[in-house]
Amino acid sequence: MPLVIVATLVVSSMSAVLALVIVLVDLVVNNYGEVKIDVNDGAKTLTVKGGSSLLSTLGGEGIFIPSSCGGRATCGVCKVRVASDVGPHLPTELPFMSGAEIKDNIRLSCQIKVKADIKIVIPEELFAIQRHRARVAEIVDLTYDTKLIRFSLLEPAEMKFTSGQFAQIVVPPYERVREETVRAYSFASTPARPNEVEFIVRLVPGGTATTYLHKHLAVGQELAVVGPMGEFRLHDNEAAMICIAGGSGMAPIKSILFDMRERGIGKPAVWYFFGAVSKRDLYLVDLFRELEASWPSFHFVPALSAPLPDDHWDGETGLVTTVTKKYMDEKMDKSAPKEAYLCGSPGMIDASVALLKSEGIPEDKIYYDKFS
Amino acid sequence: MNAPALSPIVLLFAAVFTSNILLSNFLGMCSFISISGNIKSSNGLGIAVILVMTISSAINWFIDRFIMLPLGLGFLSFIVFIMVIAATVQILEMVIERISPALYMALGIFLPLITVNCAILGVVLFIQIRHYTFLQALLFGFGSGVGWWLAILALAAIRAKVDKSPVPSGLKGPGITLITIGLMAMAFLGFSGMLAVQ
Repeated sequence: MPLVIVATLVVSSMSAVLALVIVLVDLVVNNYGEVKIDVNDGAKTLTVKGGSSLLSTLGGEGIFIPSSCGGRATCGVCKVRVASDVGPHLPTELPFMSGAEIKDNIRLSCQIKVKADIKIVIPEELFAIQRHRARVAEIVDLTYDTKLIRFSLLEPAEMKFTSGQFAQIVVPPYERVREETVRAYSFASTPARPNEVEFIVRLVPGGTATTYLHKHLAVGQELAVVGPMGEFRLHDNEAAMICIAGGSGMAPIKSILFDMRERGIGKPAVWYFFGAVSKRDLYLVDLFRELEASWPSFHFVPALSAPLPDDHWDGETGLVTTVTKKYMDEKMDKSAPKEAYLCGSPGMIDASVALLKSEGIPEDKIYYDKFS
Repeated sequence: MNAPALSPIVLLFAAVFTSNILLSNFLGMCSFISISGNIKSSNGLGIAVILVMTISSAINWFIDRFIMLPLGLGFLSFIVFIMVIAATVQILEMVIERISPALYMALGIFLPLITVNCAILGVVLFIQIRHYTFLQALLFGFGSGVGWWLAILALAAIRAKVDKSPVPSGLKGPGITLITIGLMAMAFLGFSGMLAVQ
């Protein structure tokens, strides 16, 4: 037999044998059998197939732990208290845990695998989170890279959320993406219409979910929306309200402000600073101008950090934090109590928190939703 | 084509000390330098290397002696050896993930990277070109693994001390580590006249 055939035969049969061994070992080693999950001290007992992460296992059973990164250990939101022993904290969990949380055995549910019977404790309100079938009712281009997507909820037909909260959009597999992708987006609509939800989605270059939502999603299509989740919401007090949001961070602020109008909630003063780069990044300005005209204590301040010459921009120019500082120093009552609502990129949030603290707003009165 | 007349036990000690794969051949450097910052991970990776080296030395000895040599396929040995090493690492990875998730996460990318750790392929190739017997191959593989484990543990311990010492700022991190490794290699060089395994 020619050497080349012998060589090919040897290499391929050896690969086949090795592959077979790996598959066999995988079957034995990664088979955890059936496992019981005890939720809230016997309130619910689930029998599931072991081997997957706690987050996805619970999701499969209809219990949705809030998470915005979809299980990649980058957001740190999917915390769950585990009452049984599941081993020490993993290096991927530690950056998100305080000393007290480690002592309480708070874990990131996306990082721990369900291998044996496990006991967990979760807040009651998580049982209210549901997976809704939803139909795309409308897609509006807000700017060249930002869209507003409106969903009609089909089954269950209503989502009882609070303005400021978020939901997860489940993006189906497409093109080379083989698995579902789950990403969190804040509601841009108000709770007054519980059968319709709106999200503002900005295209992230190379982003799996935003690329799908921008380039592939069509009106009439059905998707799954899981919610409501999140702690970001309006706080009931008599403080003046300063909102800072850039890019698609407008969504929860829009929801909160219009919710206040619809329910007739007033504050001594409400300021909304909207940061963008140039005029082509601004959107819904007319809507907020109308709101400003009908609501005397509300002030809308769009700020451009780098307006183009063609923009003929006569509004505020500079970073949104710089503009906010100028207004706080010149136009606001220095002595009045204030609180702040922020939504945007981690860089913008950090800069805003530093500014607001230096302006005398206590840290516990600064509420924010950081994109991660 | 005859096996060298060395007792396998002597070969074992030679592999650990006098011709330590890391400090006399300088093979397997990248994970040696990057993981040695932490004693616990060094220990884990060292044990993983011992396992992979021993297992792949044994399997590859059989493949070399009973398949490659009789069929005259010596030119394929690099590909075949790497395949066996890769499969061994894959299996070990699954087992470690099951037994100790914390170690699995701590080793991170370095566990799959054992596949391309040149120390492992180096040991397997030494066994091939020196025509070791099976027992010699097994103990040489095991000994080289133990030598690697010992070297990374020693370096990790030294680095733990060095971290608390005033190192000139330009030398912090990899700089002082490489100097440390050089000094360690010189110390091991002191053993080298005792035995000739090359």
